[in-house]
Amino acid sequence: MSATDSITRVEAVFRMEFPRVVATLAAFVGDIGLAEDLAQDALVDALRQWPRDGTPQNPGAWLTTVGKRKAVDLFRRSRTLQEKYGQLGREIDRAALLSAEEEIDFDRESEEEIADDRLRLMFVSCHPVLTVAARTALTLRLIGGLTVPEIARAYVVPEPTIAQRIVRAKKTISDAGVAFEVPKGADRAPRLASVLQVIYLIFNEGYSATAGEDWLRPELCAESLRLARVLAALAPEEAEVLGLVALLEFQSSRLRARTGPSGSPVLLLDQDRRTWDRLHINRGEDALARAEALTDPRGPYTLQAAIAARHARSFRPEDTDWNEVVALYGELVRTAPSPIVELNRAVAVSMASGPESALQLVDQLVATGTLERYHLLSSVRGDLLERLGRHEEAALEFDRAAARAANARERLLSEERARASRNAAERPAPPCVTGPEP
Amino acid sequence: MRFLGYTLANEAEMPSEPPRPELFEEMGAFVEEAVKAGVIVATGGIAPTAEGARVTLHEGEFTVVDGPFTEAKELVGGWALMECRDMDEAVEWTKRFLSVLGAGECRVRPVM
Repeated sequence: MSATDSITRVEAVFRMEFPRVVATLAAFVGDIGLAEDLAQDALVDALRQWPRDGTPQNPGAWLTTVGKRKAVDLFRRSRTLQEKYGQLGREIDRAALLSAEEEIDFDRESEEEIADDRLRLMFVSCHPVLTVAARTALTLRLIGGLTVPEIARAYVVPEPTIAQRIVRAKKTISDAGVAFEVPKGADRAPRLASVLQVIYLIFNEGYSATAGEDWLRPELCAESLRLARVLAALAPEEAEVLGLVALLEFQSSRLRARTGPSGSPVLLLDQDRRTWDRLHINRGEDALARAEALTDPRGPYTLQAAIAARHARSFRPEDTDWNEVVALYGELVRTAPSPIVELNRAVAVSMASGPESALQLVDQLVATGTLERYHLLSSVRGDLLERLGRHEEAALEFDRAAARAANARERLLSEERARASRNAAERPAPPCVTGPEP
Repeated sequence: MRFLGYTLANEAEMPSEPPRPELFEEMGAFVEEAVKAGVIVATGGIAPTAEGARVTLHEGEFTVVDGPFTEAKELVGGWALMECRDMDEAVEWTKRFLSVLGAGECRVRPVM
């Protein structure tokens, strides 16, 4: 091909192909750590050969084949390794593996086979045997194809922390003898829930960073949405996968509107909805319609998407059918009970029926003590008190919210609102309509 | 990041014979792959410039000129809105698109 093939191009191609290559190799050798090493070794070959001979027509198949050949070499050379994998009870037909070399050519695996391998890998990297932090790191690495430095940057943690987390995760999976397969039967629902949760948590960390100076890390949102779309392509019959895609599309549509000029958070009710991204909204509506057509009753992600859709359809908060939003939150509380959902429901109630009835709900939540350390509980309560004209109490709640916020931008926002409440306490002003995300 | 990729050509220099039938199948497979990878978020074809119009506003006066626009290269063929990590990745997907096409010119522009 052209002489302009550069290292950069090889690396760009490798990054794009990496998740598919790792998935296929993991299915071949039955071990994700080894699969990743083999893929990296194949990259070394590509860096040497592609700039000289040109990028192959099908770079993914090329990398996979090289990786497989290296696996065969490795198994041939290393009796110890063979024994190790034998002991682990891997279903590797070694004889087949060793005779496979002649058959490994540049034939491309079928798209379905690659898709199946990718889905298996997703289930493995989100396996409940791992901590949630390990699941997210491993998923971003193996399914998303992000490098360790990229993941570390996104989560604002040192690179060795992420590197170690991934190494340990791979060891845990190996030690636990996790099968490289898509779970079936009774196992499938909880395992799928874990995959969805990992993707959702990655998005949330990007959407409302728990630590650091920036409130948003859009690259995590983009990565998470990409993972969700890939999963939807792999498992198109799962309603909740589509529900999650819809939810992330709707939430992504607001990314631009979510920060002010100085990077400070702009909450849902204060956003300029004309800047919401219509393409994301259209894609969200499409995924939501497909999810709702597949399921009855609706699952938690589909319900949250349905709520997000109600916001997306209204150019102004006052155009929203808040009673409908309250009803959807009611359905969500029954489907997936959680104090955070209760809190969000209270905010919706405040929009539908006023701050008084919402404050009663919030006070019930306060009494349970479950959200004691959650900064948004104080933030919501402060907002409701503010709207009721109880400025001094509101200021105290905003102080509490500021003290509990881990994110610098959120802390500043609460401090600002505490000051505003104190000013209002001295000089009465009309109630304002601002609050967290209903 | 979002990128707009579009095909650019001078209509007058375009071959008049229709594209080979296999191209549609190959292009369909390529688009399916790119959509499933979460890269193509929207795509469309565009009619010949003969069916278009150029609308200008200058010093308060509108001018509407019907196509074709033959004086320069124009958006001819189609466009795709892609979500990629960076320009390198967008360029790579564009190369793959052109490989299916066999020959041609594309522009890739980041969408703000």
